[in-house]
Order: sequence, then structure tokens, then C-alpha cells
Amino acid sequence: MTLAQGISAQGISAQGISAQGIEVPPIDYAATLPLLIVLGTACVGVLLEAFLPRQQRWPAQVAVSLVGLGTAALTLGLYAGRASTDGIVTFAGAVAVDRPTLFLWGTLLALGLGSVLLIADRSVEPGGAFLPSAAVRLAAARGGGDGSGHGPKGRDDGDPDSAEARSASTMQTEVFPLFFFALGGMMAFVAANDLLTMFIALEVLSLPLYLMCGLGRRKRLLSQEAAVKYFLLGAFASAFFLYGLALIYGYAGSVRFTAIAAASVGSARSDALLFGGLALLVVGLMFKGSVGPFHTWTPDVYQGAPTPVTAFMATCTKVAAFGAILRVLHVAFGDTRWEWRGVLWAIAIASMVIGAVIGLTQTDVKRLIAYSSVAHAGFLLLGAMAITPAGISSTLFYLLAYGFNTLAVFAVITLVRDADGEASHLSQWAGLAKRSPVVAYTMAFLLLALAGVPLTSGFTAKFAVFAAALADGMLPLVIVALVASAVAAFFYLRVIVLMFFSEPAADGPTVTVPGPFTTVAITLGVLVTLLLGVVPTTALEWAAGGGFVG
Amino acid sequence: MTGGNLLLLALLILPLVGSMVVAALGANARQAKLVAFGFSIASLALTAVVWFAYSVAEATAGARFQLEFSVPWIPSFGTSFALGIDGIALVMLALIAVLVPIVLGFSWEEKLPEGRTVAGFYALVLSMQGLLVGVFVATDVFLFYVFFEAMLVPMYFMIGRFGGPRRQYAAMKFFLYSLLGGLIMLASVIGLFVVSEEQLGQGTFTWVDLQRMAAGVDESTQIWLFLGFFVAFAIKAPLVPFHTWLPDAGAEAPVGAGVLLVGVLDKVGTFGFLRYCLPLFPLASQRLAPLVLTLAVIGILYGALLAVGQTDLKRFVSYTSIAHFGFIALGIFSFSVPALTGAALYMVNHGISTGMLFIMVGLLIARGGSRLIEDYGGVSTLAPLLAGSFLIASLASLALPGTNSFVSEFLVLVGSYPRQPVFTILGTVGIILAALYALWVYQQTMQGPVRGAAVFAALERRPQAASAGGSTSMVSSAASAGGSTSAGGPGTMLDPAVEAGRDTSWFPDLGRREIAVVTPLIVLIVVLGFFPGPVLDVITPSVTATLNEVGLADPVGGLQ
Repeated sequence: MTLAQGISAQGISAQGISAQGIEVPPIDYAATLPLLIVLGTACVGVLLEAFLPRQQRWPAQVAVSLVGLGTAALTLGLYAGRASTDGIVTFAGAVAVDRPTLFLWGTLLALGLGSVLLIADRSVEPGGAFLPSAAVRLAAARGGGDGSGHGPKGRDDGDPDSAEARSASTMQTEVFPLFFFALGGMMAFVAANDLLTMFIALEVLSLPLYLMCGLGRRKRLLSQEAAVKYFLLGAFASAFFLYGLALIYGYAGSVRFTAIAAASVGSARSDALLFGGLALLVVGLMFKGSVGPFHTWTPDVYQGAPTPVTAFMATCTKVAAFGAILRVLHVAFGDTRWEWRGVLWAIAIASMVIGAVIGLTQTDVKRLIAYSSVAHAGFLLLGAMAITPAGISSTLFYLLAYGFNTLAVFAVITLVRDADGEASHLSQWAGLAKRSPVVAYTMAFLLLALAGVPLTSGFTAKFAVFAAALADGMLPLVIVALVASAVAAFFYLRVIVLMFFSEPAADGPTVTVPGPFTTVAITLGVLVTLLLGVVPTTALEWAAGGGFVG
Repeated sequence: MTGGNLLLLALLILPLVGSMVVAALGANARQAKLVAFGFSIASLALTAVVWFAYSVAEATAGARFQLEFSVPWIPSFGTSFALGIDGIALVMLALIAVLVPIVLGFSWEEKLPEGRTVAGFYALVLSMQGLLVGVFVATDVFLFYVFFEAMLVPMYFMIGRFGGPRRQYAAMKFFLYSLLGGLIMLASVIGLFVVSEEQLGQGTFTWVDLQRMAAGVDESTQIWLFLGFFVAFAIKAPLVPFHTWLPDAGAEAPVGAGVLLVGVLDKVGTFGFLRYCLPLFPLASQRLAPLVLTLAVIGILYGALLAVGQTDLKRFVSYTSIAHFGFIALGIFSFSVPALTGAALYMVNHGISTGMLFIMVGLLIARGGSRLIEDYGGVSTLAPLLAGSFLIASLASLALPGTNSFVSEFLVLVGSYPRQPVFTILGTVGIILAALYALWVYQQTMQGPVRGAAVFAALERRPQAASAGGSTSMVSSAASAGGSTSAGGPGTMLDPAVEAGRDTSWFPDLGRREIAVVTPLIVLIVVLGFFPGPVLDVITPSVTATLNEVGLADPVGGLQ
């Protein structure tokens, strides 16, 4: 029986449809409307790109984006208000809309709003941070015959094309539809109720991201290198995921999570297929979540991608990946947790230690935050491994808190600039408090939140996750996590020390006054970080609203 | 329970509001100073109200906390914003309220590193005050932890922005040590929550509920949870193997921040022993008491010995503190009413006497510009009031009868002897060492002929210094020769003793503001030395309650 036959057989038996003709399965439009709106906005964006003259594209795209996100959020809110806490399954069982899905969708839409504001901003980087064509081609067009010689040697800020790149006044607006396709993929990813849907969603979210990474206006070769690296490694990870999917299908005879769970409990077959499949599956998922030993792309891509895209990747991809990890571990593999947990322990420890220790040696702010995200991925995994309601809710809450915190951090990073674009080297941040106390205090607050100091969201989130992990018998992991937190605090503090206690360099960077879009994004991030630290009750209740369906 | 008495809430919020107002006034230094001082006086007045609102009779009758206030905070964590005080917390509140105006008054004309505003410093002091109040009034373990960690931030900025030459290093060390301790404690805090979930069916952080649960928790769990709290408090207090951050932080912190650091912030550690380690983990406290007592006695001796050997005045004060914290820990873990009372009183007295010693050292350094002991000599000739106040602070530090510290040290030793004779006798040696270091430093810096590089340097800087020529060699030779020989040098030298006889304005004695700063401390040292009664009355019922919670009978049989 082929895979396709298996799926159709599964679908038929589930829906009770006769085998003669294909009928459209019932679709709960109210539940899936936010996802459909986001994907629809992406399509509208593509049409706008095709039919509008260049000058009108930016305002049109921004307007469509904001309307699309707003409508999606509105429909989500309306649906969440009256939906049952049990959740529903629709699209012939391929999509599950339950409380965690709704929470993650809300988080993704809110973080997406922040990211799209950063992407749309044209005041910080005049003309916007995105440019279409490849570095080498542009250079060749300019330099005639010698253009082919340009390659990695112009790697950093000495791009041969940078002068021309800067002179191009309009922004590449294709980034908006790409953004919406990626966001739609993420939303489908966290709602996927079987492995095949999850795989397709994975590709839908990944492909636009690869492209977006390469669109940087500044440091173009670095940006394109990041895109290629991300694409190659991402393709590998997808292959792992697919292979794992095949093995699990071979074991369970189905790709549906509930069916896998049922098969794993009452089956006499060898577990090798199941756990081999799970291992490969986990590699794919951990890659997306930049966990532990599968993180190697993270620093390079975070550093190379245009910072608004980095902000989007660091926040929304993390949310999507961990949403999927949660669902896979809880729904499909919850009953077999004692078999796989040991391996994930090792991964979580590796992730926390790698993130905290290698983060100490970083000299670039964006790479620093990348390693911080690796450490945080380890903390998140602690919550995801706790197969309890508290495990789900604490991980969801952590994702929300971490997402807004990181979004604001990257938004602040876009503001510190010198003549060559963003001044992301740590030494350039020395004495920032003297030049711009507001930016320095904002950044200090955000870094303290990342470090997990009380009265910030970072502390509440860590507390929730660690409490869930401890209650599920993971004391050694919690201790490792606390030690890793202390080590990681050192590099956050180092930035604060630089900003506040060091004298500024004479030719240091300037701090750009942010335009309204970036200001809103930063304010949003800081406010949420503060509120989740001081009055987290409402968000915690939302996160604990209900379990996974099935 | 929701709501309750708003006094403590007001006491908590007032300095925080003050901090924001002062920060907003940043541009106008004088106005900011006055407003900050006004807020600190208002806090003092409010603390006085709290003091009179607190009823000793009720506490004796068995009310564990008074002036309680509570609103639910994060229900899913079982935590509430719960405030309340017992006698020990009350005297700590009083200590904070007294020290903050003094610190602000002391820092009035403090020389700050370039580019820093005095308003920024004052705002940090006030926010520090608010968070410290929070630590002492919290009756919810989670809330306590939040304040415990949050108070690191203003102190970190105080040291890092306004401190001495190695301030970056000291600030970082201070923060990382404390954060590491705090995170270890977080493991225990979470563990406590999980245990309460198992024991009570629903997780809670309310201190009273956790205390009631304590008896039912098995000993090994208690020991693990105890250790988490203990390490955090031992770092904060600091006990000996965890103490290395204090000399650095104390030496590099600006004097005002240093007073708060050793005077109050470190007390959070010993307060934590009393409020959290003993009542919440009674079995573990008893089981591990020998370990803690060993650390305490090592601290007494080691701190005192290192204090004797210090060359830097501020590090000297830090090491004397380490010795004193050993006494406090000795008292706490001896489990008798007099010893515990003495330890609680010691926390107050140490804040006053060491705070004053720190301030006197700061006043001396402000005149000489050097932190080294050897750079000063014969200051009593030049500035008798300064020297006299320094002597009082030193004597209070060595616990001379008649000063406040004597009462507390005596109580600790008397109380701990019946249960722990060996540790007590060893600790007593610390008293001798205390006399040695305190008088040694006083003698070196204050008595004898006028000498020392810093004193000469001050002489150089005097406005009417006509004979400045050849002064460099004079200073260096005087510094190297040291002692009385400098006064009897060749005729080309300036004789400071003779200069001192004519005009001492180049090394001014205490000014009016400085006298106003020092006087309240002297008054407290003497008054508490002769009439500790009112404070003891407040402390004793709470101490007795704590001892009951540990489940041990008082070996001495009450305090009369």
C-alpha cells in the first residue's frame, strides 16, 4: 500500500464516505478563517506586486498587510470567544483547531504584526531594508567585464555593489507576500493534525524564509550566504523529517497523530521503526526551533539576514516549531514518553549548555542573541517534555513571552547604526547610554528579561516552565537550566556593562530616531515583556485554556 | 483574603514613587536632592507610624504577622501579593528608614564619575529602599523572591555607574554571585511549590501555609530545599566560602551605596535564615546546624584576621562585616531565645555601627583622596571631631560595653553557649581580634604625629600653599619613611604638625552637614547601648515564635 493510498483510506474510513466518488469533506470555516485570511492576504500581495506600478506598491502592501493581520486577529478573537475548550478537527482530520492552536495563532499573529511593522519601516534604513537582485549580478552590470571576479572577498561591508544598492530608492515589496506565505505556513504547522500536513506546512513556512534572508540591502553577500546556508541545511532537515515520517507510517500505518499514539500503545511490532522515525522527525523539528546540536545555522543566519527578517525568524519560527514539537510529543508520543525522554534530556542539556557557553565568546550582538535563542530553546524543551497540562501551558506562555522580548531586542538592534548600516559589533555599543539613554535603558530592560530577572516576562516564563518540569520529575534538568541561566546572564550583563559603564568610542555609531512603525514594534515588545512579568494571570489562563484535541 | 492594612503597601510604594519623581527631575540637581531627601524623611515618618501601629501584645498573644495586606497575584502559581511584618521585619524596616536619609545626606556633595548625575544616584537609592522594604514585608515566598532578585538591579547600577576605579568588575561580580545564588534558590522555591502541591493538594506560596506544612515534609526533601535557600542567603549574608564578592563590591561601591550594601542588603541573608530557613525547614535546620555553625565560626575568625591585614580602608570595613555576620549566623543556628534575639538585634546594630564606620571611612577618604590605611596618620590633630566619631564607630564595631553592639554580641554568646559551647568559645576569640583590628586602624590613621601620603597630598592642595617646590620628593620620602620620622626631617621640609598648629583648613574637620549625618548614628549607638529594651521587646515575641516553629525548647529558659 502506498503512502497516498494509506492516507485516502484513512480519510475515507474517518469520514465514512463511499469509495466510488471523492466528496469534499466538511470544513469548519469559522475555525480556520484566520489561517485562510493570512494565506489569502499573501495571494492578494502577489497580485498587487504584479499589477501595481512600483511607487504604489509599498503603501498598498502595508495597508493590505495590516488589514489582513487585523481581520485574521479579529476572526480569531471572535472564534476563540465562543469555541468549546475541547477543540475541533476539520479538513478531513488534517487540521486541529484547539486551545493551544488558538493561543499559538494569536501569538503568531501578534508577533507577525510586530515583524511586519519592522519590515515595512522605511525611516530607519532609508528606502527600507530590502533589495531584490543578487550582489554579483548587480556588480557585474556596473563594473562590466570584471564583475565576475567579485565574490567572497567583498564579503563584509566592502560589497562592490553597495553604493548602487544604497542608491536604489524603492524597497523590494515582494517581501510582504513572502512574509504572509511564511506566516500562513507557520499557522498551518502548529495546527497540523497529521505528519503529512505538518510536512507541507513546514515547506510552506520555510521556502519564503530562505528567500527573505537573502534580500538584505546592506552586507548583501553576507545576507545571501545566510540564505544559501539556511536553504541547504533546511533542505536537509526537511529530508530528515520526511524520512522520519515514512518510518513512522511504516510502523503505525497512518500519519495521523492519534493513530500513531494508538498504534504505539497496543502494538506488538518492533519499536525500532517508531523510535527511529521519531528520532529523524525530531531532528527536523529541532532544526527549525534552533535547538541544541541542530543550531549551527542559527548564528550565521541571524547575523546575515536583514534584521527585520531575523526578528520574524527568531520569534515566529520559534513559536511555530515549538508549537509543532508540543503537538507531536504530546499527542502522538505522549504515552511512550519514558522511551524517548532520555534522548531529549541530552538534547535539552546540550542546547542550554551550548547556548550559554558559546554565547559568552560572541562579539556580535545578533550572534549573541542567536546563541541566547539556542539556550532559550533548551528551556522551552524542558516545558515541552513535561507531558502534563502544565507542560503545555507553560511552554505556550514561554513562547509568547520570549517572542515579544526578542522581537523588541531585534527592533532596538536596527536602530544602532553607523555609515555601513547596523553597528552590530559589541565594541560599537560601548557608552550607548550616554548617546541615547532611552534606547540603552530599553535594551537593558529587555536583556534583563532575557536573563530572567523578576518583574519581567522572562522570569514568569522560566518559573512556569521549570515548575512544570520539576513537577514531572526533571529535577536534574531544572538544575542544569538554572546554572545555564546564570552563565547566560553573564553575556547579557556584558552588553549592559558596555552600554552603561564604558566610555563611548569617538567614531561610534549613532542611534537613529525610529519611525512610527519601529516605535510601535518596540513599545509593543517592551509593554508585553513588562505586563507578562507583573500581571501575567490573564495570559497564563489563556495558555491553560485547554489541551490538544485527540 | 483580599485587602487589609494599607500601611505597608504605602511604605513600599512611597520610595518607588520618589525614585521616579527624582529621576524625572534629573536636570535640576538641587531640586532632585531636596525632593529625594523629602521622600526619605516621609518614609521615616511612615515607618514611625508603622512602628506604633505594631502591637507587641498581639505578637506575644500569637499573631505571627501584623498589618497584613493581601491580594491574589498569579493564581495559577498560587502566589499572592501578601505583605505583613513580624518584630524582626519591623526593626529592619526601622533600620532602612533611618539609614536612607543619612545616606542621602552623606552623598549630598559626593564627587561622581564624569557624566553621572546626582539625581540618578538618588533615584537608585530610593528604588533600592523600596525594594528592600519589599523583601522584608513580603509574606509570600514568591513575592519575596521577586524582591530578592529585583533589588540586585539598582545596586548593580549604583556600583557600576557611580563606583570606584574597578567598578565594572565589582558590579559584575556582585551581580553574578547574587544571581547564581538567586537561581539556586529559585530551584528550591519551585521545589517548595511542587511539594506544597503534593502535600496540600494545591500549590501555594503563602508563608503561613508553607510553615504549617513544614512538619509533614520528610527530612531529605527538607535538606535539599534548605540548601537552595541557604546558599542564596549565605552568598547574600555573606558566610565564608561565599564571601569574596563583598570586599570588591564594598570597596568599589560609592560610600552611600556601601552603607546600604553592608548595612541592609546583606541583612537580607540573615533575615532569610530567620524567616525562611528555620521555620520552613525545621528538620533540615537542626540537621545542618553544625555545618552552618562551622562556617559561622570560620567567618568570625577568618573575617577578623583578614580585617587585621587589610591595607584598604573600605575593604577593611567589608571584612569586619564578614566577621560580624559570623556572629549573627552563630546566634541564629544556636536555637535559643537569647541567641536568636541577639542575632536579630545584631542585624540592627551592625547596620548602625558598620554603616557609621563606612561613613567615617568615606569622610576620611573624601579628604585624603586615598583608600589606603598607610596614607593617613595623626588625623586627630587635624580633625578632632572626625577622629572622635571614627573612634566611636570603631568601638561600636568591636562591641565595647556601652555601645549598641555589646548588647547583641553578649546575647548571642550567652544564648549559644548552653547548646554549642565549643563554637561559642571559638567565636569569643573573634572579640579579641575585633579589638585588635578596630583599635589598630584607629591608631594608625588617627593618632600620633601628622603623617601619611594622603595627608601630605591634602596639604599640597591647600589654596595658600606657597612653598610647593620640592614637595613631590617630600611626600614620597615621608610616605616611605613613615611614622614619626617624617616630622623630624631636614629643615627644607614642611612640617605638617607645625602647619597643623597654625591652620588646619586644608584638612577640614566635620562640617555642619557631616555632623548632622553622623550625630543620629552616635545617638543610636549610645541609646541602644544603654536602653535596648524597646527594640528587644519588639523582637522577642517573633523570635520565640520562630523557635517554636523549629520545634525546639529554649535551653536557657527565657530572657530576663
